[in-house]
Amino acid sequence: MLTKRIIPCLDIKDGRTVKGVNFVQLRDAGDPVELAKIYSDEGADELVFLDITATVDKRKTLAELVTKVAKAINIPFTVGGGISTVEDVKILLGAGADKISINSAAVKNPKLIDEMAAEFGSQCIVVAIDTRNVDGIDFVHTHGGRKPTLLKTQAWAKEVNERGAGEILLTSMDHDGTKSGFANEITAELSSMLSIPVIASGGAGTMPHFKDVFTFGKADAALAASIFHFKEIPVPQLKQYLQDEGIPTRL
Amino acid sequence: MKVAVIKYNAGNVQSVLYALERLGVEAELTDDLENISNADKVIFPGQGEASTAMKYLKEKKLDRLIPELKQDFFGVCLGQQLLCEHSEEGDTPCLGIFPVLVKKFVPENPFDFKVPHIGWNNLQNLKSPLLEGLDEAAFVYYVHSFYCEVGDHTIAKTDYILPFSALMHKDNFYAMQAHPEKSGLVGERILKNFLSL
Repeated sequence: MLTKRIIPCLDIKDGRTVKGVNFVQLRDAGDPVELAKIYSDEGADELVFLDITATVDKRKTLAELVTKVAKAINIPFTVGGGISTVEDVKILLGAGADKISINSAAVKNPKLIDEMAAEFGSQCIVVAIDTRNVDGIDFVHTHGGRKPTLLKTQAWAKEVNERGAGEILLTSMDHDGTKSGFANEITAELSSMLSIPVIASGGAGTMPHFKDVFTFGKADAALAASIFHFKEIPVPQLKQYLQDEGIPTRL
Repeated sequence: MKVAVIKYNAGNVQSVLYALERLGVEAELTDDLENISNADKVIFPGQGEASTAMKYLKEKKLDRLIPELKQDFFGVCLGQQLLCEHSEEGDTPCLGIFPVLVKKFVPENPFDFKVPHIGWNNLQNLKSPLLEGLDEAAFVYYVHSFYCEVGDHTIAKTDYILPFSALMHKDNFYAMQAHPEKSGLVGERILKNFLSL
Protein backbone atom coordinates (compact mmCIF):
# COMPACT_ATOMS: atom_id res chain seq x y z
CA MET A 1 0.00 0.00 0.00
CA LEU A 2 1.26 3.47 -0.86
CA THR A 3 2.12 5.20 2.40
CA LYS A 4 1.78 8.82 3.48
CA ARG A 5 5.09 10.65 3.48
CA ILE A 6 6.67 12.65 6.31
CA ILE A 7 9.10 15.27 5.07
CA PRO A 8 11.39 17.38 7.27
CA CYS A 9 12.43 20.66 5.67
CA LEU A 10 15.87 22.21 6.21
CA ASP A 11 16.49 25.90 5.62
CA ILE A 12 19.93 26.50 4.16
CA LYS A 13 22.03 29.65 3.97
CA ASP A 14 25.57 29.67 2.58
CA GLY A 15 25.66 25.89 2.80
CA ARG A 16 24.60 25.76 6.48
CA THR A 17 21.30 25.06 8.21
CA VAL A 18 19.71 28.27 9.41
CA LYS A 19 17.08 27.70 12.03
CA GLY A 20 18.49 26.42 15.27
CA VAL A 21 18.27 22.70 15.73
CA ASN A 22 18.18 20.71 18.90
CA PHE A 23 19.78 17.36 18.34
CA VAL A 24 22.09 16.14 21.05
CA GLN A 25 23.76 13.72 18.67
CA LEU A 26 24.76 16.52 16.29
CA ARG A 27 28.41 17.40 16.48
CA ASP A 28 27.92 20.42 14.26
CA ALA A 29 24.41 21.87 14.54
CA GLY A 30 24.84 23.83 11.33
CA ASP A 31 25.88 20.94 9.14
CA PRO A 32 23.00 20.05 6.81
CA VAL A 33 24.62 16.79 5.77
CA GLU A 34 24.83 15.49 9.31
CA LEU A 35 21.24 16.51 10.00
CA ALA A 36 20.03 14.95 6.75
CA LYS A 37 21.73 11.70 7.70
CA ILE A 38 20.01 11.64 11.09
CA TYR A 39 16.57 12.25 9.55
CA SER A 40 17.17 9.61 6.93
CA ASP A 41 18.27 7.08 9.59
CA GLU A 42 15.23 7.96 11.71
CA GLY A 43 12.85 7.06 8.90
CA ALA A 44 11.99 10.38 7.26
CA ASP A 45 10.53 9.53 3.84
CA GLU A 46 12.08 12.42 1.97
CA LEU A 47 13.87 15.68 2.71
CA VAL A 48 13.47 19.19 1.36
CA PHE A 49 16.32 21.70 1.35
CA LEU A 50 15.19 25.27 1.01
CA ASP A 51 18.07 27.57 0.11
CA ILE A 52 17.70 31.18 1.23
CA THR A 53 21.19 32.32 0.27
CA ALA A 54 21.09 35.63 -1.53
CA THR A 55 24.71 35.94 -2.68
CA VAL A 56 26.21 35.59 -6.14
CA ASP A 57 27.99 32.36 -5.16
CA LYS A 58 24.65 30.83 -4.33
CA ARG A 59 24.49 28.36 -7.19
CA LYS A 60 27.96 26.94 -6.65
CA THR A 61 27.63 26.56 -2.86
CA LEU A 62 24.25 24.90 -3.25
CA ALA A 63 25.46 22.46 -5.91
CA GLU A 64 28.38 21.48 -3.66
CA LEU A 65 26.01 20.86 -0.78
CA VAL A 66 23.69 18.80 -2.97
CA THR A 67 26.56 16.52 -3.95
CA LYS A 68 27.54 16.00 -0.30
CA VAL A 69 23.95 15.18 0.65
CA ALA A 70 23.50 12.82 -2.30
CA LYS A 71 26.62 10.93 -1.30
CA ALA A 72 25.51 10.63 2.32
CA ILE A 73 21.82 9.69 2.28
CA ASN A 74 19.77 6.93 0.67
CA ILE A 75 16.34 8.59 0.49
CA PRO A 76 15.05 11.11 -2.05
CA PHE A 77 15.50 14.83 -1.54
CA THR A 78 14.21 18.01 -3.14
CA VAL A 79 16.08 21.29 -3.47
CA GLY A 80 14.36 24.66 -3.75
CA GLY A 81 14.88 28.36 -3.23
CA GLY A 82 15.49 30.89 -5.97
CA ILE A 83 15.62 28.38 -8.82
CA SER A 84 14.68 30.27 -11.96
CA THR A 85 16.23 28.71 -15.07
CA VAL A 86 16.46 25.36 -16.84
CA GLU A 87 20.23 25.67 -16.38
CA ASP A 88 19.82 25.91 -12.56
CA VAL A 89 17.81 22.69 -12.62
CA LYS A 90 20.33 20.91 -14.80
CA ILE A 91 23.16 21.75 -12.38
CA LEU A 92 21.25 20.68 -9.28
CA LEU A 93 19.96 17.41 -10.74
CA GLY A 94 23.43 16.74 -12.11
CA ALA A 95 24.83 17.30 -8.62
CA GLY A 96 22.54 14.57 -7.29
CA ALA A 97 19.22 16.17 -6.31
CA ASP A 98 16.19 13.97 -7.02
CA LYS A 99 13.74 16.81 -7.49
CA ILE A 100 13.81 20.57 -7.58
CA SER A 101 11.09 22.95 -6.50
CA ILE A 102 10.25 26.25 -8.13
CA ASN A 103 7.97 28.96 -6.83
CA SER A 104 8.21 32.67 -7.72
CA ALA A 105 9.92 31.97 -11.05
CA ALA A 106 6.99 29.80 -12.17
CA VAL A 107 4.47 32.50 -11.25
CA LYS A 108 6.50 35.03 -13.22
CA ASN A 109 6.93 32.73 -16.21
CA PRO A 110 4.52 29.74 -16.13
CA LYS A 111 6.05 28.29 -19.34
CA LEU A 112 9.10 27.43 -17.24
CA ILE A 113 7.13 24.48 -15.83
CA ASP A 114 6.49 23.08 -19.34
CA GLU A 115 10.13 23.57 -20.30
CA MET A 116 11.50 21.91 -17.18
CA ALA A 117 9.05 19.01 -17.33
CA ALA A 118 9.90 18.40 -20.99
CA GLU A 119 13.61 18.53 -20.35
CA PHE A 120 13.87 16.54 -17.12
CA GLY A 121 10.53 14.76 -16.70
CA SER A 122 7.55 15.74 -14.54
CA GLN A 123 8.67 13.45 -11.73
CA CYS A 124 11.44 15.82 -10.66
CA ILE A 125 9.57 19.12 -10.93
CA VAL A 126 7.82 20.22 -7.76
CA VAL A 127 5.94 23.50 -7.87
CA ALA A 128 5.72 25.24 -4.50
CA ILE A 129 2.66 27.39 -3.96
CA ASP A 130 2.44 29.84 -1.06
CA THR A 131 -1.17 30.67 -0.39
CA ARG A 132 -2.90 33.20 1.84
CA ASN A 133 -6.60 33.68 2.40
CA VAL A 134 -7.66 37.28 1.84
CA ASP A 135 -11.29 38.05 2.71
CA GLY A 136 -12.35 34.49 2.00
CA ILE A 137 -10.42 34.10 -1.26
CA ASP A 138 -7.18 32.13 -1.57
CA PHE A 139 -4.46 34.04 -3.38
CA VAL A 140 -0.99 32.91 -4.44
CA HIS A 141 1.85 34.84 -2.79
CA THR A 142 5.48 34.92 -3.90
CA HIS A 143 8.86 35.88 -2.47
CA GLY A 144 8.52 33.83 0.69
CA GLY A 145 4.86 34.73 1.01
CA ARG A 146 5.49 38.45 1.20
CA LYS A 147 4.27 39.48 -2.23
CA PRO A 148 0.60 39.00 -3.07
CA THR A 149 -0.41 38.19 -6.65
CA LEU A 150 -3.77 38.30 -8.39
CA LEU A 151 -3.65 34.55 -9.02
CA LYS A 152 -6.24 32.48 -7.24
CA THR A 153 -4.64 29.46 -5.61
CA GLN A 154 -7.08 26.89 -7.03
CA ALA A 155 -6.71 28.18 -10.61
CA TRP A 156 -2.93 28.35 -10.37
CA ALA A 157 -2.68 24.83 -8.93
CA LYS A 158 -4.78 23.49 -11.80
CA GLU A 159 -2.60 25.29 -14.34
CA VAL A 160 0.58 23.99 -12.70
CA ASN A 161 -0.81 20.45 -12.89
CA GLU A 162 -1.71 20.85 -16.57
CA ARG A 163 1.68 22.31 -17.45
CA GLY A 164 3.39 19.17 -16.24
CA ALA A 165 4.46 19.59 -12.62
CA GLY A 166 4.96 16.28 -10.83
CA GLU A 167 3.89 17.43 -7.37
CA ILE A 168 2.61 20.50 -5.56
CA LEU A 169 4.08 21.74 -2.30
CA LEU A 170 1.32 23.83 -0.77
CA THR A 171 2.26 26.18 2.08
CA SER A 172 -0.43 28.10 3.88
CA MET A 173 1.05 31.43 4.93
CA ASP A 174 -1.88 31.86 7.32
CA HIS A 175 -0.90 28.70 9.17
CA ASP A 176 2.89 28.75 8.79
CA GLY A 177 4.60 29.25 12.14
CA THR A 178 1.37 29.13 14.14
CA LYS A 179 1.56 25.47 15.20
CA SER A 180 -2.22 25.45 15.09
CA GLY A 181 -2.56 22.75 12.43
CA PHE A 182 -2.32 22.52 8.65
CA ALA A 183 -4.71 24.34 6.30
CA ASN A 184 -6.86 21.26 5.76
CA GLU A 185 -9.61 22.93 3.78
CA ILE A 186 -7.55 24.32 0.91
CA THR A 187 -5.29 21.24 0.94
CA ALA A 188 -8.31 18.93 0.51
CA GLU A 189 -9.75 21.18 -2.16
CA LEU A 190 -6.55 21.03 -4.23
CA SER A 191 -5.91 17.37 -3.61
CA SER A 192 -9.42 16.49 -4.79
CA MET A 193 -9.19 18.45 -8.01
CA LEU A 194 -5.61 17.61 -9.07
CA SER A 195 -4.19 14.45 -10.61
CA ILE A 196 -0.77 14.92 -8.96
CA PRO A 197 0.24 14.54 -5.28
CA VAL A 198 -0.09 17.44 -2.85
CA ILE A 199 2.45 17.98 -0.07
CA ALA A 200 0.93 20.04 2.76
CA SER A 201 3.09 22.50 4.65
CA GLY A 202 2.65 25.14 7.37
CA GLY A 203 1.11 24.89 10.79
CA ALA A 204 2.24 21.53 12.16
CA GLY A 205 2.29 21.60 15.94
CA THR A 206 1.05 18.25 17.21
CA MET A 207 0.81 14.67 16.00
CA PRO A 208 -2.99 14.89 15.53
CA HIS A 209 -2.38 17.79 13.13
CA PHE A 210 -0.67 15.30 10.82
CA LYS A 211 -3.53 12.84 11.16
CA ASP A 212 -5.96 15.63 10.26
CA VAL A 213 -4.06 16.74 7.17
CA PHE A 214 -3.96 13.16 5.86
CA THR A 215 -7.65 12.52 6.56
CA PHE A 216 -9.57 15.82 6.30
CA GLY A 217 -6.82 17.48 4.24
CA LYS A 218 -6.42 14.51 1.85
CA ALA A 219 -2.71 15.30 1.63
CA ASP A 220 -0.30 12.80 0.08
CA ALA A 221 2.62 14.04 2.17
CA ALA A 222 3.21 16.49 5.01
CA LEU A 223 6.18 18.76 5.49
CA ALA A 224 7.38 20.50 8.64
CA ALA A 225 10.54 22.11 9.98
CA SER A 226 10.86 23.37 13.54
CA ILE A 227 8.85 20.66 15.30
CA PHE A 228 11.31 18.13 13.91
CA HIS A 229 14.43 20.23 14.41
CA PHE A 230 13.58 20.92 18.05
CA LYS A 231 12.61 17.32 18.65
CA GLU A 232 9.13 18.36 19.75
CA ILE A 233 7.89 15.50 17.61
CA PRO A 234 10.45 12.83 16.71
CA VAL A 235 9.88 11.36 13.24
CA PRO A 236 9.71 7.68 14.37
CA GLN A 237 7.14 8.49 17.06
CA LEU A 238 5.00 10.45 14.61
CA LYS A 239 5.01 7.65 12.06
CA GLN A 240 4.11 5.05 14.69
CA TYR A 241 1.27 7.27 15.92
CA LEU A 242 -0.12 7.66 12.40
CA GLN A 243 0.12 3.94 11.77
CA ASP A 244 -1.78 3.27 15.03
CA GLU A 245 -4.41 5.76 13.90
CA GLY A 246 -4.93 3.80 10.69
CA ILE A 247 -2.87 5.96 8.36
CA PRO A 248 -0.33 3.85 6.45
CA THR A 249 3.28 4.89 6.98
CA ARG A 250 6.62 3.29 6.26
CA LEU A 251 7.98 1.96 9.55
CA MET B 1 34.65 -7.29 -9.22
CA LYS B 2 34.02 -4.97 -12.16
CA VAL B 3 30.66 -3.24 -12.11
CA ALA B 4 29.54 -1.25 -15.14
CA VAL B 5 26.72 1.28 -14.97
CA ILE B 6 25.37 1.97 -18.43
CA LYS B 7 25.64 5.62 -19.36
CA TYR B 8 22.88 7.05 -21.47
CA ASN B 9 20.82 10.17 -21.58
CA ALA B 10 18.60 9.24 -18.66
CA GLY B 11 18.97 11.25 -15.48
CA ASN B 12 19.76 10.19 -11.94
CA VAL B 13 22.72 7.99 -12.88
CA GLN B 14 24.85 9.80 -10.33
CA SER B 15 22.64 8.60 -7.45
CA VAL B 16 23.22 4.99 -8.46
CA LEU B 17 26.98 5.54 -8.44
CA TYR B 18 26.79 7.14 -4.99
CA ALA B 19 24.70 4.24 -3.68
CA LEU B 20 27.29 1.75 -4.94
CA GLU B 21 30.01 3.90 -3.40
CA ARG B 22 28.26 3.62 -0.03
CA LEU B 23 28.49 -0.16 -0.45
CA GLY B 24 32.20 0.17 -1.12
CA VAL B 25 31.91 -0.51 -4.86
CA GLU B 26 33.64 1.72 -7.36
CA ALA B 27 31.54 1.27 -10.49
CA GLU B 28 32.38 2.49 -13.95
CA LEU B 29 29.92 4.72 -15.78
CA THR B 30 30.27 3.77 -19.42
CA ASP B 31 28.59 3.42 -22.80
CA ASP B 32 31.55 1.58 -24.29
CA LEU B 33 30.44 -1.78 -25.68
CA GLU B 34 33.66 -3.55 -24.75
CA ASN B 35 33.73 -2.20 -21.19
CA ILE B 36 30.16 -3.31 -20.67
CA SER B 37 30.80 -6.75 -22.16
CA ASN B 38 33.80 -7.27 -19.89
CA ALA B 39 32.11 -6.23 -16.64
CA ASP B 40 31.14 -8.84 -14.02
CA LYS B 41 27.88 -7.06 -13.28
CA VAL B 42 25.95 -4.52 -15.30
CA ILE B 43 23.48 -1.99 -13.93
CA PHE B 44 21.08 -0.24 -16.29
CA PRO B 45 19.55 2.71 -14.45
CA GLY B 46 17.12 5.16 -15.84
CA GLN B 47 14.65 7.90 -15.57
CA GLY B 48 13.20 9.74 -18.50
CA GLU B 49 11.12 9.00 -21.53
CA ALA B 50 11.08 5.57 -23.19
CA SER B 51 11.27 6.47 -26.91
CA THR B 52 14.10 8.98 -26.36
CA ALA B 53 16.02 6.44 -24.30
CA MET B 54 15.53 3.67 -26.90
CA LYS B 55 16.71 6.00 -29.63
CA TYR B 56 19.90 6.67 -27.72
CA LEU B 57 20.46 2.95 -27.05
CA LYS B 58 20.18 2.31 -30.79
CA GLU B 59 22.62 5.09 -31.64
CA LYS B 60 25.16 3.51 -29.31
CA LYS B 61 24.30 -0.02 -30.54
CA LEU B 62 23.43 -0.89 -26.96
CA ASP B 63 20.07 -2.27 -28.13
CA ARG B 64 21.95 -5.14 -29.79
CA LEU B 65 24.53 -5.65 -27.05
CA ILE B 66 22.23 -5.81 -24.00
CA PRO B 67 20.16 -8.89 -25.01
CA GLU B 68 23.43 -10.74 -25.76
CA LEU B 69 24.99 -10.16 -22.34
CA LYS B 70 25.56 -13.21 -20.16
CA GLN B 71 26.60 -11.65 -16.84
CA ASP B 72 24.12 -10.55 -14.15
CA PHE B 73 22.26 -7.53 -15.42
CA PHE B 74 20.03 -5.21 -13.37
CA GLY B 75 17.56 -2.82 -15.01
CA VAL B 76 16.18 -0.14 -12.72
CA CYS B 77 13.06 2.02 -13.17
CA LEU B 78 13.01 3.02 -16.86
CA GLY B 79 15.74 0.40 -17.16
CA GLN B 80 13.18 -2.24 -16.18
CA GLN B 81 10.61 -0.95 -18.64
CA LEU B 82 13.09 -0.89 -21.52
CA LEU B 83 13.79 -4.60 -20.98
CA CYS B 84 10.13 -5.37 -21.80
CA GLU B 85 8.45 -6.00 -25.14
CA HIS B 86 6.78 -2.66 -25.75
CA SER B 87 5.99 0.54 -23.88
CA GLU B 88 2.88 2.67 -24.24
CA GLU B 89 5.11 5.65 -23.54
CA GLY B 90 5.74 7.06 -27.01
CA ASP B 91 4.43 3.74 -28.47
CA THR B 92 7.96 2.35 -28.19
CA PRO B 93 9.21 -1.12 -29.12
CA CYS B 94 11.70 -2.06 -26.38
CA LEU B 95 14.42 -4.69 -25.91
CA GLY B 96 12.05 -7.64 -25.58
CA ILE B 97 13.81 -9.61 -22.85
CA PHE B 98 10.71 -9.83 -20.67
CA PRO B 99 7.62 -10.77 -22.71
CA VAL B 100 5.36 -8.21 -21.04
CA LEU B 101 3.94 -4.83 -21.91
CA VAL B 102 4.57 -1.50 -20.23
CA LYS B 103 1.34 0.38 -19.66
CA LYS B 104 0.30 3.75 -18.30
CA PHE B 105 -1.52 3.91 -14.97
CA VAL B 106 -5.11 4.87 -15.68
CA PRO B 107 -7.25 5.17 -12.53
CA GLU B 108 -10.95 4.60 -13.06
CA ASN B 109 -11.66 7.86 -11.31
CA PRO B 110 -8.69 10.19 -11.92
CA PHE B 111 -9.00 11.70 -8.46
CA ASP B 112 -8.93 8.44 -6.50
CA PHE B 113 -5.33 7.75 -7.43
CA LYS B 114 -2.62 10.25 -8.26
CA VAL B 115 -0.38 9.61 -11.24
CA PRO B 116 2.64 9.48 -11.07
CA HIS B 117 2.75 6.87 -8.33
CA ILE B 118 5.12 8.70 -5.97
CA GLY B 119 6.31 7.48 -2.61
CA TRP B 120 7.01 4.39 -0.54
CA ASN B 121 5.07 1.22 -1.28
CA ASN B 122 5.68 -2.36 -0.17
CA LEU B 123 6.76 -5.51 -2.00
CA GLN B 124 4.45 -8.55 -2.10
CA ASN B 125 4.91 -12.22 -3.12
CA LEU B 126 8.68 -11.99 -2.94
CA LYS B 127 10.51 -14.90 -4.50
CA SER B 128 14.12 -14.57 -5.58
CA PRO B 129 17.66 -14.63 -4.16
CA LEU B 130 17.70 -10.97 -5.17
CA LEU B 131 15.22 -10.33 -2.35
CA GLU B 132 16.89 -12.41 0.32
CA GLY B 133 16.50 -10.98 3.82
CA LEU B 134 13.40 -8.98 2.88
CA ASP B 135 9.72 -9.60 3.55
CA GLU B 136 6.38 -7.95 2.78
CA ALA B 137 7.19 -5.15 5.21
CA ALA B 138 9.91 -4.04 2.79
CA PHE B 139 9.13 -0.58 1.42
CA VAL B 140 10.76 0.84 -1.68
CA TYR B 141 10.58 4.28 -3.26
CA TYR B 142 8.59 4.69 -6.47
CA VAL B 143 8.28 7.54 -8.97
CA HIS B 144 6.62 6.42 -12.18
CA SER B 145 3.57 6.77 -14.42
CA PHE B 146 4.09 3.57 -16.43
CA TYR B 147 4.28 0.03 -15.06
CA CYS B 148 5.27 -3.47 -16.20
CA GLU B 149 2.45 -6.01 -16.24
CA VAL B 150 2.58 -9.00 -13.95
CA GLY B 151 3.87 -12.07 -15.83
CA ASP B 152 5.70 -15.39 -15.48
CA HIS B 153 8.93 -13.61 -14.62
CA THR B 154 7.52 -11.46 -11.83
CA ILE B 155 9.46 -12.04 -8.59
CA ALA B 156 7.66 -9.41 -6.49
CA LYS B 157 4.52 -7.38 -6.94
CA THR B 158 3.42 -3.99 -5.69
CA ASP B 159 -0.17 -2.83 -5.58
CA TYR B 160 -1.09 0.61 -6.90
CA ILE B 161 -4.39 0.91 -8.76
CA LEU B 162 -3.61 -2.72 -9.73
CA PRO B 163 -0.84 -5.22 -8.97
CA PHE B 164 2.20 -4.65 -11.20
CA SER B 165 5.68 -6.18 -11.53
CA ALA B 166 7.80 -4.62 -8.79
CA LEU B 167 10.68 -6.89 -9.75
CA MET B 168 11.28 -9.40 -12.53
CA HIS B 169 13.85 -12.08 -13.25
CA LYS B 170 14.71 -14.15 -16.31
CA ASP B 171 18.05 -15.95 -16.78
CA ASN B 172 20.76 -13.38 -16.02
CA PHE B 173 18.37 -10.43 -16.27
CA TYR B 174 16.91 -8.79 -13.17
CA ALA B 175 14.75 -5.69 -13.14
CA MET B 176 13.13 -3.39 -10.60
CA GLN B 177 10.64 -0.55 -11.00
CA ALA B 178 11.41 1.31 -7.74
CA HIS B 179 14.69 3.08 -7.08
CA PRO B 180 16.98 0.88 -4.95
CA GLU B 181 19.44 3.75 -4.69
CA LYS B 182 16.76 5.84 -2.93
CA SER B 183 15.04 3.10 -0.94
CA GLY B 184 16.94 3.29 2.33
CA LEU B 185 18.24 0.09 3.88
CA VAL B 186 15.87 -2.08 1.80
CA GLY B 187 17.32 -0.65 -1.41
CA GLU B 188 20.85 -1.15 -0.14
CA ARG B 189 20.05 -4.76 0.64
CA ILE B 190 18.71 -5.37 -2.89
CA LEU B 191 21.81 -3.80 -4.47
CA LYS B 192 24.03 -5.84 -2.16
CA ASN B 193 22.10 -9.02 -3.02
CA PHE B 194 22.50 -8.27 -6.72
CA LEU B 195 26.24 -7.74 -6.35
CA SER B 196 26.63 -11.04 -4.51
CA LEU B 197 24.50 -13.16 -6.89
